Amino acid sequence: MNAVVASLPGGRTSSQTRFERNSATAEQSWVRAVVLTLALVFFGLFLLLPLIAVFVEALRKGLEVYWTALADADALAAVRLTLLTALIALPLNLVFGVAAAWAIARFEFRGKHLLLTLIDLPFSVSPVIVGLMYVLLFGAHGWFGSWLAEHDIRIIFAVPGIVLATVFVTFPFVARELIPLMQAQGKEEEEAAVVLGARGWQVFWYVTLPNIKWGLLYGVILCNARAMGEFGAVSVVSGHIRGLTNTMPLHVEILYNEYNFAAAFAVASLLALLALLTLVIKTWVEHRTHTSGHRH
Amino acid sequence: MSGLSRHSVLPGFGLSLGYTLVYLSLIVLLPLAAVFAKTMSLSFVEFWAIVTEPRVLASYRLSFGTSLLAALINTVFGLLLAWALVRYSFPGKKLVDALVDLPFALPTAVAGIALTALYAPNGWLGQFIQGDLGIKVAFTPLGILVALVFIGLPFVVRTVQPILEDLDSEFEEAAASLGASRWQTIRYVVLPVLLPALLTGFALAFARAVGEYGSVIFIAGNIPMVSEITPLMIITKLEQYNYAGATAIAVVMLLLSFLMLLLVNGLQAWTARRTGRNR
Repeated sequence: MNAVVASLPGGRTSSQTRFERNSATAEQSWVRAVVLTLALVFFGLFLLLPLIAVFVEALRKGLEVYWTALADADALAAVRLTLLTALIALPLNLVFGVAAAWAIARFEFRGKHLLLTLIDLPFSVSPVIVGLMYVLLFGAHGWFGSWLAEHDIRIIFAVPGIVLATVFVTFPFVARELIPLMQAQGKEEEEAAVVLGARGWQVFWYVTLPNIKWGLLYGVILCNARAMGEFGAVSVVSGHIRGLTNTMPLHVEILYNEYNFAAAFAVASLLALLALLTLVIKTWVEHRTHTSGHRH
Repeated sequence: MSGLSRHSVLPGFGLSLGYTLVYLSLIVLLPLAAVFAKTMSLSFVEFWAIVTEPRVLASYRLSFGTSLLAALINTVFGLLLAWALVRYSFPGKKLVDALVDLPFALPTAVAGIALTALYAPNGWLGQFIQGDLGIKVAFTPLGILVALVFIGLPFVVRTVQPILEDLDSEFEEAAASLGASRWQTIRYVVLPVLLPALLTGFALAFARAVGEYGSVIFIAGNIPMVSEITPLMIITKLEQYNYAGATAIAVVMLLLSFLMLLLVNGLQAWTARRTGRNR
């Protein structure tokens, strides 16, 4: 189909899409111009401009102010806490994602549809409510509040609360990526391995993992971006103690509310760079899976 | 356990499902149950009084109104953007395609301060919009709308784009050869195929917008009765140590979210039936 359309005479350049080369699917040139203009103006105004604004505002007062803001002890503590949080949340949700995908994509059982819906649930809960839930459980007046106080364990307004809230908001990412991928791949290869005498972990390590590695990476990348950037949920449970329970997004907020805009945007620019890196890796993984035929 | 997993030679069903269920219960279900259990400490009259306070009612109107409008704007422009990305060639297309996901990757607080820098009265765009047009964007409901359009932007593009890519041009060729104008072909052949995906994207963008907090609070101004979103009302109650009040509002939002989730699931099943795609 593609080849037929591509070989049609017409003499237009090969960079055109197959739709533009085909007179039945091409719009008049003024329609095309209007659609493109509207789409790209919308893109520029709502996506590109805010991104550029972050970097311009960060560097507005010069490189020296920029570096000073990043080298500040509280900023560095915020970076460390953000990295630590992601480092705990990622493996937890990675293991869960693989386990859930193995159960759901490889076996038939009742209630599977309900389980899938429940796994998606954290995406539809407002971040603020996520924070509230953990305050209700572990706060001073919460279910486990008095028990925790007796044993001198702090969860709310401390690092464990931040980690828990982050685990919740990033809960579905890996599972969501792996389940459709493993369902599409089917279980024949793994069954063949078992019939040939492979043990359970050997099957997973040598058959399943090589097949899902790109999907896994994809899920981990998205999970990481959200883990490092979460604001609402973490804001409720953090207590905003500088140098102790401040993640990078929370540090941005504190600086911004102190009218220290250059410093706020400097820390924000680090997060924006992380977002761009995430998109680069994501695009690269999509390209790889596209060319190796594992696209889903 | 093995009785449930008939006809499978693969190992690990009990372990993987057991772990999934325990982890799901601890991380997701138990905390959610805490919200509903806490509400039970209120009588219905108390609950109703909290969730219908004038300031809270104003926040619903604002949150739902701006979210609905933002999702509509995203549906229209998301379709145009998806159309341009699939059907047209233009310089920088790959870059545009990659950057569409920016709102998923960019922390909401960063988006919030960036948009405020653009739309504040002395901001990049704000000085012209307010100076020349007399319209105030930041610190008004209009600013909230801008933030919600930003965070909801990828949903419609990413639900419509794959359907549009898979759409075989044979249908449009048939329509054209039968004498349909290009507009008739799009209206009666292409759009009906895209409809479930458009609705799914709309619902996803709306659901995300209603619960959004980080990108909104910087640009909203948070003026009582004017620009306070519902998630902010929960925060306000929490800061006053009014846990029951915060929880009651949270329950209203959660019930709405679950309703949206059901709707999205139904829409996705419809998309799958219409197009034969799994996702």
